[in-house]
Amino acid sequence: MASHGIRDKVAIIGMGCTNFGEHWNKSTDDLLIDSSSAALASAGIALDDIDAFWLGTMGSGLSGLTLSRPLKIQHKPVTHVENYCATGSEAFRNACYAVASGAYDIVMAIGVEKLKDSGYSGLVVSAPASDGTQATVTAPASFSLLAPAYANKYGVDEAELKDVLTRIAWKNHRNGALNSRAQFKKEVSKETIAASPLIAGQLGIFDCSGVSDGSAAAIIVRVEDAHKYTDRPIYVKALSFVAGPAAGPIDPSYDYTTFDEVVHSANDAYKQAGITDPRAELAMAEVHDCFTPTELVLMEDLGFAERGTAWKEVLAGTYDLDGELPVNPDGGLKSFGHPIGASGLRMLFECWTQLRGEAGARQIPGVGQKDSVKTKALTHNLGGAPGACVSFVSVVGSELD
Amino acid sequence: MTGIISYGAYIPYWRLQRSTLASALGSGGAKGARAVASFDEDTTSMGVEASRIALRGVSEKYSPQSLWFATAEPGYLDKTNANAIHAALSLDISVNAFDCLGSVRSGIAAVHAAACGTSIAVLSDIRTGLPGGSDESMGGDGAASFCFGSENVIAELLSTGTSTSEFVDRWRTPGDQASKQWEERFGEYAYAPLVEVAFNEALQKANLTAADVSHSIFSGLHARAVKAAPKSCGINLDTLRDDFAATLGNSGTAHWGVMLANVLDTAQPNEVIAIVVLADGVNVILLRTTDALSAHQKQQDPSLTVQAQIAAGRNDLSYAQFLTWRGFLHREPPRRPEPDRPAGPPSLRTAAWKYGLYGSRDESGFIYLPPARVSLQSGSIDKMEMVRMADIRATIATYTVDHLAFSMSPPVVAAVIDFDGGGRFQCELTDVDPATVKIGDRVEMSFRKLYTQDGIHNYFWKAKPVRAGVK
Repeated sequence: MASHGIRDKVAIIGMGCTNFGEHWNKSTDDLLIDSSSAALASAGIALDDIDAFWLGTMGSGLSGLTLSRPLKIQHKPVTHVENYCATGSEAFRNACYAVASGAYDIVMAIGVEKLKDSGYSGLVVSAPASDGTQATVTAPASFSLLAPAYANKYGVDEAELKDVLTRIAWKNHRNGALNSRAQFKKEVSKETIAASPLIAGQLGIFDCSGVSDGSAAAIIVRVEDAHKYTDRPIYVKALSFVAGPAAGPIDPSYDYTTFDEVVHSANDAYKQAGITDPRAELAMAEVHDCFTPTELVLMEDLGFAERGTAWKEVLAGTYDLDGELPVNPDGGLKSFGHPIGASGLRMLFECWTQLRGEAGARQIPGVGQKDSVKTKALTHNLGGAPGACVSFVSVVGSELD
Repeated sequence: MTGIISYGAYIPYWRLQRSTLASALGSGGAKGARAVASFDEDTTSMGVEASRIALRGVSEKYSPQSLWFATAEPGYLDKTNANAIHAALSLDISVNAFDCLGSVRSGIAAVHAAACGTSIAVLSDIRTGLPGGSDESMGGDGAASFCFGSENVIAELLSTGTSTSEFVDRWRTPGDQASKQWEERFGEYAYAPLVEVAFNEALQKANLTAADVSHSIFSGLHARAVKAAPKSCGINLDTLRDDFAATLGNSGTAHWGVMLANVLDTAQPNEVIAIVVLADGVNVILLRTTDALSAHQKQQDPSLTVQAQIAAGRNDLSYAQFLTWRGFLHREPPRRPEPDRPAGPPSLRTAAWKYGLYGSRDESGFIYLPPARVSLQSGSIDKMEMVRMADIRATIATYTVDHLAFSMSPPVVAAVIDFDGGGRFQCELTDVDPATVKIGDRVEMSFRKLYTQDGIHNYFWKAKPVRAGVK
């Protein structure tokens, strides 16, 4: 399979991200206007300067009109993309390719989701007409299948695993407490997390990501044009997107301790970016911590820990803000919140912020400085359920290779 | 010689102790328990389960002409309920499926019709009444299925007798949740002569006397009339067989079928069984067991006898849960959208899967649930054979308890199960205690009603634990 990538061909020159949370007073239109305005201001350009748009939303609107109507875009191409919870990343990936191809000079990738207007708990996804035989379990139930399978395979007892999951939630809340844009801006004690009411399997309410509204946007140009707009562009090193045969739920050999799709997309992305030791080379990673066991398993799938050891690394603080490889320094889906179509771009926003040294109280030590050794960051975004998902991995960096 | 060649009774898992009625309502509370169909069962799904048991006892060559389904509590009007049973049993397209609906006497009609040839009669009922009434406490839920034919007959049909009379004893207007009954003593008066007429007719046609009867089954919703009937027939009271008043309650249309299945579980060859059903008249059926019954009993799974199913029941259903399941108590639902109605066209396209639980198997032996057209390994298209999974047992690979998902009876217990011989499937568990589920537990498939939306019943399969002591 050929996957050549577009390493160092395009760059991000501006980004915007709204606060995530329960925006009772803001519509989808408002969120789009706010994030796009912030991104344009960040790049120092006007809406008219954008040649084409990629809009990611899973359920907050259909077609390019969802963006062109509120922004009053004057007859430009607006592409609506959807790829489950990786929708925002998919908007970004396609926007990058459009610039790399030479078709456009300046494009915007923007993601949005308005989840809190549904009136329901958790995520609600409308499905096409069906025969009614599909499993009706909720997202937390699907992902909760990872926990007993992981514990069983690696001989971790139930109480110990609960400590591991609790520590992941605790870490992401602690990071989110330093982030003014996060949905949950406060630390939560491990005792409170561990004692929260059960939602599915071993997962309590604090093991689940925040259901929220929000939007984020990025402006992308060719690398050779980047310095016209900013002294500190962020270069795209790798973009990988994988959809698998969704065979986990039908294949007895699948053991619910890994996401094959993530392994494939990570390997592809590392090859595109020339990364051989991700744990040592990356300055940070934003990963799809939709539920705490997801982050645990991702540490192994992304090569941040040997198989069967991520639970020990979590307990050792390897992925803390001041650890060896900070993971979800902005609080992740857990405390930043998870407005589906915006999340992939929100992850990139944290890379943009950290690699430019603009993260303030949560700035990772030694990252984002002129003399920083580690200049690359990773985002990982997935959609679906264990055994049947889509996975996106990007690598971005502040230096050209 | 025609008669019954195989049979099955289905007793739902749940029991409501009648004492719970007294503690909830402050009155009533007879002794014993009643059987309760789960929230995901209806008369159609229970009919499927009883028929699956019955069909285990027939040869592969058994080719029924018709399936006759009788119930007083149908899932649908206008639409034939028997068709879902036909589909779940994967009967051939050429086999008829008919309903006999509405009255308790319909069960007799189904058996009369089926006994005329090589056909299946399915009797099923869910009985309830207004809270605090005797129908609620003394009713029961269950189903029975009988395969008729002329080869390997285990109980020969000797004769029938009948009497019919129009009188107002028990009635229910369509749509009502409970039936009404006239003063009890009137019904007793009206039934008495009808019993004698029908019973004597049957005896005469068979050249038998009451003394020839080894097992007698008296059934009907009028308890006093049923109790008085054996004496007026001149039946030896020692031949009266368990009416399950203490353990299951009266399952109406299906009741005499369940009683007959229980008798057939242990009867000896060459015994006469008398069935007397009091329902808007009286119907009598006389059967004689054959030598083939012994062999049939020997090959039967001991966990599927009526007594074994009674013993396997779960005794701690709360009255509030019972009322909720039967629609008398509207509880706060989870803050989640209700499921979509199952759509007609996809349900037709996937009927073999949805109703028959067929998967597809590729050249390598990999089994796809639901059936797939493309092989995972080779990518070959349409090189598949269909394989029925409904009667294959499975093992739980992993599971979760979902407190958030929409259900009439939360939490939803969802499991990934691996079938013996291949095939993985993610489905709901039913008739299960969430606290005791473990990886490695053994399960078997059960036909259920997942939910009803826009009046459409979403029938599909769930897995339930294989009960202890099962071979």
